[in-house]
Amino acid sequence: MTETMRLDGIRAGRLGPEDLTRNFSDLHPRFSDHEALVAADRCYFCHDAPCVTACPTDIDIPLFIRQIATGMEDAAARTIFQQNILGGMCARVCPTETLCEEVCVRQVAEGKPVEIGRLQRFATDSMMAAGEHPFTRAPETGRRVAIVGAGPAGLSCAHRLAMLGHSVTIYDARAKPGGLNEYGIAEYKTPGGFAQAEVDWLLKIGGITVETGRTIGAGLALEALRNDHDAVFLGIGLGGVGALGLEGEALGGADNAVDFIAALRQQDDLTQLPIGRNVVVIGGGMTAVDAAVQSKLLGAENVTIAYRRARDRMPASRWEQDLAASHGVRLVFGVVPHALHGDDRLREVELAYVGPDMAPTGETFRLPADQLFRAIGQKLVAVEGIALEGGKIAVTGAGRTSVEGVWAGGDCAAGGQDLTVTAVAEGRDAAMDIHASLTDGRV
Amino acid sequence: MADLTTDFVGIHSPNPFWLASAPPTDKEYNVRRAFEAGWGGVVWKTLGAEGPPVVNVNGPRYGAIYGADRRVLGLNNIELITDRPLETNLEEMARVKADYPDRALIASIMVPCEEAAWKAILPRVAETGADGIELNFGCPHGMSERGMGSAVGQVPEYIEMVTRWCKQYYDRPVIVKLTPNIADIRKPARAARNGGADAVSLINTINSITSVDLDLMAPEPTIDGKGSHGGYCGPAVKPIALSMVSEIARDPATYGLPISGIGGITTWRDAAEFMALGCGSVQVCTAAMTYGFRVVEEMKAGLSRWMDEKGYATLDEVVGRAVPNVTDWKHLNLNYVTKARIDQDLCIKCGRCYAACEDTSHQAIGMSPDRTFTVIDAECVACNLCIDVCPVEDCIDMVRLAPGETDPRTGKVVKAEPADWTTHPNNPGAMAAE
Repeated sequence: MTETMRLDGIRAGRLGPEDLTRNFSDLHPRFSDHEALVAADRCYFCHDAPCVTACPTDIDIPLFIRQIATGMEDAAARTIFQQNILGGMCARVCPTETLCEEVCVRQVAEGKPVEIGRLQRFATDSMMAAGEHPFTRAPETGRRVAIVGAGPAGLSCAHRLAMLGHSVTIYDARAKPGGLNEYGIAEYKTPGGFAQAEVDWLLKIGGITVETGRTIGAGLALEALRNDHDAVFLGIGLGGVGALGLEGEALGGADNAVDFIAALRQQDDLTQLPIGRNVVVIGGGMTAVDAAVQSKLLGAENVTIAYRRARDRMPASRWEQDLAASHGVRLVFGVVPHALHGDDRLREVELAYVGPDMAPTGETFRLPADQLFRAIGQKLVAVEGIALEGGKIAVTGAGRTSVEGVWAGGDCAAGGQDLTVTAVAEGRDAAMDIHASLTDGRV
Repeated sequence: MADLTTDFVGIHSPNPFWLASAPPTDKEYNVRRAFEAGWGGVVWKTLGAEGPPVVNVNGPRYGAIYGADRRVLGLNNIELITDRPLETNLEEMARVKADYPDRALIASIMVPCEEAAWKAILPRVAETGADGIELNFGCPHGMSERGMGSAVGQVPEYIEMVTRWCKQYYDRPVIVKLTPNIADIRKPARAARNGGADAVSLINTINSITSVDLDLMAPEPTIDGKGSHGGYCGPAVKPIALSMVSEIARDPATYGLPISGIGGITTWRDAAEFMALGCGSVQVCTAAMTYGFRVVEEMKAGLSRWMDEKGYATLDEVVGRAVPNVTDWKHLNLNYVTKARIDQDLCIKCGRCYAACEDTSHQAIGMSPDRTFTVIDAECVACNLCIDVCPVEDCIDMVRLAPGETDPRTGKVVKAEPADWTTHPNNPGAMAAE
């Protein structure tokens, strides 16, 4: 702890460069060769394995682990990439504790699953570090597909279509491709510029052009895309963030958690990134945890996550909750923000206790707060002409929207979990459906 | 506390755990440390004839087979007998024996198959005060190319001849160490008894190539691009050793011949199993080479504790106790009918039993849509494979059908009285046997 940690307000340099480097290093470093062999040996090679069923991309997990166990991590990587071309990122950010590892028979039996996520990273890192791309592109079909959004769904869709010989252009609003992989995930889960390295590696398939700074609805019209391409895939994510609707929200210091995370991810020198002494995060998902933990890692003295429901309803997994708690983040349940207090800037957040029905109990309390992060979910920025369902793009089958020739997948599409891995699955499956429609079912 | 003191053919030791003749017993320094660590006896690294000693390779002598986390399951070696002068070994043996009179010290010997050679070395060994000798007719590598070791052990006539010389020129116990690299282990054991041996010890190492270096295209361990077969030992060889020990223990021609058991003994339980099959002492090498001399503490404490639990006061009550239950296949009770039963509370639903049974056996395990695995009695032949591949101990049981119950697989009522192949109607020799 440094003296600067006790200075009020939002300021940069609470921690020195060495502390910051240590704090933002890899949460789970890659297994060494021997660690991987030992971890792989724990896999029982289950029949009809529950982990495969639990994986949104249906990776043949027992097979790739057996390939690691026999010293063939590149073969293992190919097994993974066949199903999930972003297997490298998913190995880092998947909430495996609620997916494959939750249903691992060794989790059920011993409370200690096979470390599938880390084994996946071992295999994928091996191949990617060698710069080897495992697939080759089919002969050019002459078909052109537009993909809007270079996040996990768009990249997955693009790769599959390009592999099948179609010509793909990806349009993305941001300066860099990658979507939430680049802008929305905690730094310690994917350090070392991995997101961009992964995009570069993925593009080695060929046949994909990326145009950044192109936003749908702002100079990029869906109708024009439809006219110029044989198919369109929307993987635009959720660009809007809700306000709390509170008095005092205009005070300096109330920010969106996603913007904070994006700024952190794009900041080369973290000593220059300001953070409050006292930080309150409103929300209960992984974005709330990512924002809270990273606030702590930047040197905030007191960080509180305020979630409106009980712990067991929290969207962030127990593992994520424990990660936050282990970093000294305080978790408060059954509270909603009631008011923001301050003069020239935010000084306190007043929270109100609520019952299970969200009705206030009448009791409130105040927490010192220099900074508040809203992590209360993102909203779709609607695309004109596309039917919605529950605030997201309505889809049927493998991502077909209400508009002929337009598919959608990832967070912007209705249904499914808003996870990187489900976005990859939806992008891949939409690609296969687009391919089928472009080739009259001759898949 | 159970009494672990051992009297093996008149050789006394405070416990039955001896270090086998091998690298750990090659010199005074090691043997003193072994005795300090608590080993009951030591069979000194094999002595050769007077003269320039043998030489060993200067590259790797050992190769290993690993289980998970590099646990050594099997070890292979191409080391020869002692490469130190005979005189040096004899002097050291005498000193050590004098300082540890309560421990067993046995000299392993391998000299050419000539009466003069044995006649020359035996008095020298006797002078050391060693408690007995072990004839190394077992090493399968190197020395066998020179007509010694397993080259002798594979010819029963030579075994009998050399044993007879030893009994003639040496007045303490003679143990004959047998090679497993032979079709029928009973033949060399009978030859040893016929020659007057006091005991046999087995098994020596098994011919082996640990692995092949696929870059060099050469067997391992590799010496300058070439490899030679070595002798295999360690936990992996234990089942082979147990079987060979049991063959000798129940052969009428060698019945009662004392046996010193060797082959992958790593824990007290391994030792108890060898003793149950007739071994009056056990010899250990790979476990010590893997973990150091301290492992003997676990062996002594475990064996003693187990004997207390079972009410065995002395080793004599254990030795050979399982021998009457080793029999020929034809005497196994065919009216003993069991069915696999899966304990659903213990089952972790890995499905390994299902894959094994469905793909490779009798299609006797069913799988429901929610991955519940149940045995289909009408198909189950009780082969045990499901239990063998199940990762959960005691999850699958073999439950015996009571007499009077109908086996749904055969439709036949289970009979109370035993019946075996010798009386089975399908056996063409059944009538003749009666």
